[in-house]
Amino acid sequence: MGKTLFDKVWDAHVVKSLDGGRSVLYIDRHYIHEVTSPVAFLGLKNRGVKVARPQNTTGTPDHNVPTVNQHLPVAEEQSRLQLESFERNCREHGIECFALGSPRHGVVHIVGPEQGITQPGMTIVCGDSHTSTHGAFGAVAFGIGTSEVEMVFASQCILQPKPKTMRITVNGKRGKGVTAKDIILYIISQISASGGTGHFIEFAGEAIRDLSMEERMTVCNMSIECGARGGMIAPDQTTFDYVCGRNRAPQGDDFDQAVERWKELYSDADARFDKEYTFDAANIEPMITYGTNPGMGIGVTAAVPSDEGLSGSDRISFHKALEYMDFKSGEKMLGKKIDYVFLGSCTNGRIEDFRQFAMAVKGHKKAEHVTAWLVPGSKAVEAQARAEGLDKILAEAGFELRQPGCSACLAMNADKIPAGKYSVSTSNRNFEGRQGPGARTLLAGPLVAAAAAVTGMIADPREVFNL
Amino acid sequence: MSIPKFIKLTTTAVPLPIENVDTDQIIPARFLKAVERKGFGDNLFRDWRYDEQNVPVGSFPLNDSRFSGEILVAAKNFGCGSSREHAAWAIFDYGFRVVVSSFFADIFKNNALNNGLLPIQVSEEFLRKVFAAIEADPAARFEVDLQNQTLTILSTGEQTSFEIDGYKKECLLNGYDDVDYLMSIRPEIEAYESVHRA
Repeated sequence: MGKTLFDKVWDAHVVKSLDGGRSVLYIDRHYIHEVTSPVAFLGLKNRGVKVARPQNTTGTPDHNVPTVNQHLPVAEEQSRLQLESFERNCREHGIECFALGSPRHGVVHIVGPEQGITQPGMTIVCGDSHTSTHGAFGAVAFGIGTSEVEMVFASQCILQPKPKTMRITVNGKRGKGVTAKDIILYIISQISASGGTGHFIEFAGEAIRDLSMEERMTVCNMSIECGARGGMIAPDQTTFDYVCGRNRAPQGDDFDQAVERWKELYSDADARFDKEYTFDAANIEPMITYGTNPGMGIGVTAAVPSDEGLSGSDRISFHKALEYMDFKSGEKMLGKKIDYVFLGSCTNGRIEDFRQFAMAVKGHKKAEHVTAWLVPGSKAVEAQARAEGLDKILAEAGFELRQPGCSACLAMNADKIPAGKYSVSTSNRNFEGRQGPGARTLLAGPLVAAAAAVTGMIADPREVFNL
Repeated sequence: MSIPKFIKLTTTAVPLPIENVDTDQIIPARFLKAVERKGFGDNLFRDWRYDEQNVPVGSFPLNDSRFSGEILVAAKNFGCGSSREHAAWAIFDYGFRVVVSSFFADIFKNNALNNGLLPIQVSEEFLRKVFAAIEADPAARFEVDLQNQTLTILSTGEQTSFEIDGYKKECLLNGYDDVDYLMSIRPEIEAYESVHRA
C-alpha cells in the first residue's frame, strides 16, 4: 500500500518509536514568540542546559506588540517586560530574533514563509496552534505547548503520538468573490469545529491546486479550527516558484536538487486515508460566522440557523452562542450593523489580502461609524503595500495601515474590540471574548470585510463591488 | 526534573456542561503576559467567573458553593483553540487534577499530560451519567485509578475504563519528565542528524 504525503514526511523524521505509539520526532524548524517561550527558557535554566540547535530556531515577537508607534518604548509594563525577556533569551541562547521594528519583523507564521525558512518536506513546530499554516508547503507543521517547546529546545525532538490521516478534496472551480478564507470557513462549517480532531489533513482537489501559495497558507492556517493537528498541501510548481530566490531557500544547484526531492512529496495513488471528505467548490459562497466557534459559519446571504435536531449540551451551547452574539434563529445576516473591521492576522495578513481589500474599497468610502484596523502581517508586507501604493488607495477610501503584529486577532495588546460591539474580522477565532471581553466577532475573508467596512453592515461583496 | 505524580484520587467534581470550551475561555490572552508559571489559577475562566465589575457570577459552577473537588467535568471538545499551555497550568493551579470530557482537543490533551493533569475521555453516555450523578448530589464522590485506568461514580457504582498511552501513564505514575528522557537519548538523536538532510 502506498504512503500519504503526511506519512512520507513524518516517517522520514522518526528518530525512534516508543512502546504505546509515541515517536521521537526530529524537528527541522522551530519558530518561537514571546508568549509561549518564557517558561520553556526558564525550564532550560533550571536544568542548566542551553538550546541544542539554535541555528534551527527563529524568534519573532508578535502576540503582544503594539501596532502603532513601534519606535517608542512599549507603554504597558508587563508587555514590555515580556518582550525584553524574549529578546534577552534569544541573545543568551544564540537564537536569531527578528526584533520589533526590524525589517524582517512580523507575525511568526507570516515571516517564516516570507524568508524562505519554511520549505517543503520539513517538520516545523511552534508554540502556537496556527503553525499549521506552514503545511501549505507540504511540511508537517503543528502547534505545541510550552513543555514541548522546552523538549525541542533541549533536544531538537518532540515526543508525539502519530495522528490519523484525513483527506479533504475540494473539486471544481470557485465562484467570483469566493476567497481561500471562504473555502476553509465552508469546510469547517461542514465538518464542525471538532471534526478534524486526532487527524492531520491533506487538502487536495482542483480548487486547492488553483490557489496561490498565500491562499494555501490561509487554508492550512485554519486546519486547527476544525480540531486537526495540522493541514498540508502537496508541493507543486506554485510552491517551488514561491520558495525560489527567498533569503533562506536553497540557491542555484542546491535549489534544483531540492526541487527534485520535493517532487516526491505527494500521496501515492493507492495511499489510504483514515477519513475522506469531498466538497464541490461551486457550493461555496462568501462566508461569515454567526456564533462563537469557527464551525458556526454560513453563506453571507443565509439566515441564522435554528436549534432543530440539537439536544443536551449541543443545544445549551448553541443557545449560549446566540445569546452572546445577540442573534436569533431565522434572522438574515445581510444588513446587520457592524462596528469594527479587522484585516490582518496569520490567516489574512499577507500582501494578497491587502491587495484584495484595497482594490475592493478603491473608489468607495469607509462607513463613518466603522472603526477599521488594517494590520499587515509583517514589515515586509507593510513595505510592499506602500511600494505598490496600496496605502494611498486605502487612505483615499478612509483607511490607514497600522504596524505588524497579531493585534486584534487575540487582543493581547491594546487592540481590543469593546464589549458588545460587532467586529467583522479576517482572523481565525470567534470565541467569546477573543477580541476583547464581551466583543462579538464575525469571521470572514478580506472581501466580506471590505464590503462591511464600506457599507457599515454585513453585505455581499459580489453585490457591493459588482464582482 | 519531574512532573507531579498521579496515582489514585477520590474526590467530588465540578460540572461544566458546555461544549467546545476553548483555551481563550480557560485563560484569556490578556493574562498571558507573565514570564513565570505562577498564579494562573486566579484567572481560570476569568470572563465566565467574573462580570465586568469583577463581581463573581453566582451561577457559574466554580462560584456555586454546592460544587467543589479536584475533577472538572466538561462537555465534548474541551480545550480547543489556542495551544497555550497556560490553560493546563490554570486548571492545575486552581486545584483540579482531572478533567473528564467525551473528547479533548489534541494539543490540550498533550499539555495536560505534560503537567500531571489527567484528561479522562469517556463515552457520551458515561459523561451523561457523571453529570446526572453530580446533579442528583453535588457531594457525589468519584474515584480515579490510573493504574487500572478506571473512573468510578461511587454513589452509583457505575464504572468505566479509559485509554491512556502507556508511555504517558508511566510518566504520570512516576512523575517522569519528557525532557529528561529526550536528553538521555542524545546520542541516538545525533546519529539521526548525521544522516538526515533538513
